[in-house]
Order: sequence, then structure tokens, then C-alpha cells
Amino acid sequence: MRSIWRTLDRRVLADIGLTCLAVFFIGLSYGAIAVASGFPLWVPAAQSVLVLAGASEFLFVGIVAAGGSPIAAALAGLLVNSRHLPYGLALPPGVTGRRRGRLLGTHIMNDESVVFALAQPDPQRKRAAYWACGLGVLACWPGGAVIGGLIGSAVHDTSAFGLDAMFPAVILALIVKDLRDARTLRAALAGAAIALAATPFLPAGLPVLLALAVVLVLVRAPAATPQPDPQPVAARSGSTP
Amino acid sequence: MKDTTLVVAGMGTLAAGTYAFRLAGQLLRARITFPPRATRLLEAAAVILLAALVATTALTEGHGFSGFARPAGVLVAGVLAWRKAPFLVVVLAAAVVTALLRLVGVA
Repeated sequence: MRSIWRTLDRRVLADIGLTCLAVFFIGLSYGAIAVASGFPLWVPAAQSVLVLAGASEFLFVGIVAAGGSPIAAALAGLLVNSRHLPYGLALPPGVTGRRRGRLLGTHIMNDESVVFALAQPDPQRKRAAYWACGLGVLACWPGGAVIGGLIGSAVHDTSAFGLDAMFPAVILALIVKDLRDARTLRAALAGAAIALAATPFLPAGLPVLLALAVVLVLVRAPAATPQPDPQPVAARSGSTP
Repeated sequence: MKDTTLVVAGMGTLAAGTYAFRLAGQLLRARITFPPRATRLLEAAAVILLAALVATTALTEGHGFSGFARPAGVLVAGVLAWRKAPFLVVVLAAAVVTALLRLVGVA
């Protein structure tokens, strides 16, 4: 653990700290929204520790609060979380730890820990950054969720603070790097349009899944110019530190 | 809240499945050589899902329009993110803009 502080320079640690602080704020909003939607505090508290993937937890809470089935909500959340598979592909072996350490190291894989790891130049620093950010998020996300749940249940009207705008803003900030690629941007806009058009007619969660159909269009379109890309796209994407 | 047993089952499914995704990528990486196109496609799929999520959470509430305050806040955040503002600034701007608009009476 102490080696993390010795391995990483101060600027990287400050960036990680800032990111974890932002995660704490979103956690506040998550806990407040979950409680305001009628969930007891233990739901966001347990989920923030056991799932530890914000977007899917928001989606789960949103779908169930809207009257959807919790199993359907879980499946929708899993679709959102499927991006962790390419994250695992993008990480050099050993970053998440070895043997028993990998049990926890696997759990703390998220947008932030992965992007910080990939930004580091050598295996040692990749591993240190991954663990520093991953453990920071593991502390800040549930901590924020619990405090937010307590504040939310005291205040009742969280919308006055604009907390509901933070979640889409976080996701947007996380994917904006990918959207600089014109092809990805077109696909994302098409997906967003499909999801919006479907929202009035389909049960919660389904419009987002329908948007994925756009990917199939992408696949069928012949690759116009196969660009030389030695690194998987996953290696360049993620949050802005 | 709905039936507690069902909610716990949903949470368990989400938690276990998410852990499986986190583990699967690492295990595949250790065993199989993937063509770059396949990994790009998986990543593109995640980005499209998330973009759709941004659009629906920013603009809709239930099956209808969310009102102007929230999408306005998210739009400001999007512009800031595009111009590479720090993460925290982007996120707080969304909340502040939305809160201020509601303060002056914009739904």
C-alpha cells in the first residue's frame, strides 16, 4: 500500500483525488435519488459496495422506481456494465493484482481506475495508479451514497440542488473523448435519437438497449478506411482525469 | 419499494454479472488474441449505450419531457467537457446551472 505513494508522482495523485471527490458528489446524488425514489437506505448502500458501477446503479434504481422488474433492471444494468469486459482486455496482465489480490483488484475495475492505469508509462505505475484510484472510488462512492441517502431523506426535494443533472454530465464527461471520433459520434447521436424517440412508447431501460441496434448498422457498414490502430480503442477512452 | 426479495435478487444478479464482466476480460486477455476490430466494436457499443443513457436521463422523466433546467445544465457540462474543462468543473456546472434555472422558475 505504501508503495503506491512512492511510485506515483504528486500530480497523478492529485488528479486521482479530484476524480474521487467528483465520484463522492455523484454518490451523494445517487443516494439522495435512490431514497427519494422510495428505496430504503440499505439498497443504494449495499449496491454501491457490491456493484460499484455508478451508471448501472442509477439505471437499476431508475427502472425499478419507474415500475420495472428488478431482474429486467439488472439485465439493463449488465448491458451498461459490459464495457468492463474490453477494459479487462485493455489492461496489461498483473495490473489488477495476482492470486488473492486479484479478487479485490477485479472488483475495483471502473472507468476511472482503468483510464488512470492506461495513462501511466510502465507496469509498476500502471498498477499503483489503478489501485490508488480503484480504492479511492471504493471509499468515495459508497460513502457518498450513504451520506446522500441521509441528506436526501432529510431534504426530500433534491431536484432543487440540480443533483439530477450530475449523472448525465458525468457520463458525458467520461465518453466525450470517444465522441471526438467522427464515426463514434455519428453512432452515438443516432443511438441517442433512437432512445429518445422510443422513450414515450417502451418500458424504462428498453430504449437504451434499442439504441445498441445502431452498432449492428456500424458492423454491416463496410470499414471505409481501416486505420492502423495498434492499441484497442478502450486504451484511449474513459474519464478525463 | 417493490417486493424486497425481487429487489435483492436483481441486485445480486447485477453485482455477480458485473464482477463476471470485470473478470472475463482479464481471463480472455490472458488466453486469446483478439482482432483490434472486435475490441473496438465492444467499446463502441458501450459508448453508444452510454450516449443513449445521457440523452434519456438528461431529457426525459418517466415517459415524458424532463423540463428545460436539467438538459440545459447537461448541455453546459457537455460544452465544458468538449473544451476539456476539469472533470469536477464539468460535473458541478451541470448541477449549478440546473439549480439556478430552477431557482429563477425554469422547470
